Amino acid sequence: MAKAAAPTAAKLGATKAVTGRWDAIPQPERHIPSQAEYREYYRMMLLIRRFEEKAGQLYGMGLIGGFCHLYIGQEAVVTGLQSAISPGKDSVITGYRDHGHMLACHIDPKTVMAELTGRAAGISRGKGGSMHMFSVEHGFFGGHGIVAAQVPLGTGLAFAHKYRAEVMGGEAGVALTYFGDGAANQGQVYESFNMAELWKLPVIFVIENNQYAMGTSVNRASAEDQLYRRGESFRIEGLQVDGMDVLAVRGAAQVALDWVRAGKGPILLEMKTYRYRGHSMSDPAKYRTRDEVQAMRDNRDPIDMAKKEMLELGFADEAWFKEVEKTIRTQVTEAADFAEQAPEPALSELYTDVLVGTY
Amino acid sequence: MQVKLPAMSPTMEEGTLSSWLVKVGDVVKPGQVIAEIETDKATMELEADEAGTVVSLDVAAGTDAVKVGTVIAVIAMEGEDVPSAKVAPTVLSEEPTETSATVAVKADAPAVVAQGAAQTHFDGPTRKQTVREALRDAMAEEMRADNRVFVMGEEVAQYQGAYKVTQGLLDEFGDKRVVDTPITEYGFAGLGAGAAMGGLKPIVEFMTFNFAMQAIDHIINSAAKTNYMSGGQMRCPIVFRGPNGSASRVGAQHSQNYAPWYASVPGLLVISPYDAADAKGLLKSAIRSEDPVVFLENELLYGQSFEVPEGEHVVPIGKARLYREGAHVTLVSYSIGVGLALEAAAELAGQGIECDVLDLRTLRPLDEAAVLASLKKTNRMVVVEEGWPVCSIASEIIAIAMEKGFDDLDAPVLRVTNKDVPLPYANNLEKAALIRAADVVAAVKSLI
Repeated sequence: MAKAAAPTAAKLGATKAVTGRWDAIPQPERHIPSQAEYREYYRMMLLIRRFEEKAGQLYGMGLIGGFCHLYIGQEAVVTGLQSAISPGKDSVITGYRDHGHMLACHIDPKTVMAELTGRAAGISRGKGGSMHMFSVEHGFFGGHGIVAAQVPLGTGLAFAHKYRAEVMGGEAGVALTYFGDGAANQGQVYESFNMAELWKLPVIFVIENNQYAMGTSVNRASAEDQLYRRGESFRIEGLQVDGMDVLAVRGAAQVALDWVRAGKGPILLEMKTYRYRGHSMSDPAKYRTRDEVQAMRDNRDPIDMAKKEMLELGFADEAWFKEVEKTIRTQVTEAADFAEQAPEPALSELYTDVLVGTY
Repeated sequence: MQVKLPAMSPTMEEGTLSSWLVKVGDVVKPGQVIAEIETDKATMELEADEAGTVVSLDVAAGTDAVKVGTVIAVIAMEGEDVPSAKVAPTVLSEEPTETSATVAVKADAPAVVAQGAAQTHFDGPTRKQTVREALRDAMAEEMRADNRVFVMGEEVAQYQGAYKVTQGLLDEFGDKRVVDTPITEYGFAGLGAGAAMGGLKPIVEFMTFNFAMQAIDHIINSAAKTNYMSGGQMRCPIVFRGPNGSASRVGAQHSQNYAPWYASVPGLLVISPYDAADAKGLLKSAIRSEDPVVFLENELLYGQSFEVPEGEHVVPIGKARLYREGAHVTLVSYSIGVGLALEAAAELAGQGIECDVLDLRTLRPLDEAAVLASLKKTNRMVVVEEGWPVCSIASEIIAIAMEKGFDDLDAPVLRVTNKDVPLPYANNLEKAALIRAADVVAAVKSLI
């Protein structure tokens, strides 16, 4: 055999064995921000961080009930992505870890915090709670409590965008559908992938891989733990992105948006990120070491890294950071005070909004 | 060898002999298509089983309502004598005894139709339509009126509907609005709910509601709760529709009535019509509603014909209908059960017992006032439900009668339902498990 191989190779030449492999998506680059842009990213990440810290405190004081999932550590993901879309034109949907997404959609922190405390002034009038918040006005479609349910729903939002453009003569838009590494193992995700690619729907699937589905690490639950490859059997291209670097996220977001807006169908972004807190407020997080969390905080914190780079670039000085910190703390304190003082819903609200119509 | 009209679907009782593709004297080969048969679901090709010579064609092309089992042709197999050719007749040949018997029973009970018709008269002109056609017309009319309305589901477009309910919609509205999906109930129910949240008005067809169990999370958690959870700012105006309940000999996994499941969920509208006029009028209301609707049809009713008003016909959601009036006892039912209740009422009328037959039509919200008004009049009530007895719509009606109509009751409210078992396949067991009009008659007599 060995003897025959050389002359055969000479005859056949070096032809490619595979013709069906695509590699069409351009390699994203870290976004090069203006000073104003970088400052805005920083402000948003800090707002989410301080808001979530405050929510954690209010939970500890018994002002927030039920489940409460904090976004601390993951701020760069939603900040980078939301900064790239067209607010009001594109739509956003996520799971139950949704406070950060709402702030990044520029929804008033007061109405979000008041929903967490279950008050009439809350964005869902106190009837949704932490996991069930919506603002159609801001293009934010929830806030869904069932793991991965938002994936077909988000694919449906994309269907609506395409339908409005093609059937109703409306404006085209994109649906950003966020879900976690845990949700990535649900069957309905793949049912959605199939239809999204089959019908070339304008949807960006964002897997926020924070490494743990509650207490189960990705590699304990996922046969393919490189989650950006999860779309391959549906011909959906994927990119793995440093989700702790807001500029990397912003760069990938631009490539994804260009792809989807060009009518090429869905795309998958795996955001490698990390949550510092437990899965929810009641999770002691014994499945990982304190050192692991501390190392992430010390070396990979999205807010600290942005600050360091901004100082290096001369985009801001210490005085500016102090001022931003002060402004945001005031804003968050006001939101918390409002959420604490606002009245609970009237008891008559129990029976409202069950149905839209009267029958 | 006699060629008899075969049953080409579980529910086919008769068909139309659309055309013959052979003539008397032709030699046919096994597998050769000899005729085209229009069934309740599709146009099917009838093949010759064995080689032979066509001796006679006994049913003329174009004949409607040929009963399953009717001899439609005779083929002499190789080696058999070929008798002299018969001329194809223009009338039906004799029906097999069993079928004749069924027809005779139906002929004995014209009161059902007459009484029903008396209660269902409409002011304007009407025409006879099947439930299937009425549902199709409802969708087509609403799609014409509102371009946010679209239909999606398995086989709804190119196949023209697994049960032909969406027949013709693809041709009129195109594939952007009549969307064939992969077999992916969980996925497309969620996608539909998302599209509704995004401002469209989807009609999601389940091939049967048995398959909707795969999707029930989106029906309940995503669709039904959204308006409430969002404090009224995000809606989910979607219609989930398809056949529900028992069909015929399809076994336990394909034969279940989900009405009580969905009717227990606040935030949903649940509709389950009996006749064609209600099917049309209620489906139009469902599509126009801003709320999520579960619209439960019945496969055995698809092919039944009723008078339907010409032109615009809308039936309000949440209103029951008194299908037949009588002073002695109230029969409460919905969907296919209404037909059984009417059949029982006709038989009882012959024995001097007159029944109110109340068709609930909508199961959530339930028309309690109509139930209680009829109870006040008759003081006796039997609930007729093609479904299981436990935690049923019947259970709910009984609770309402007991809580709010106690003083009007002269006897316990009885429920006549299917037996409390998974539906068996064997013909005799299936018959024994399903509700019968005779059971209703017996229950009523036990109260009087």
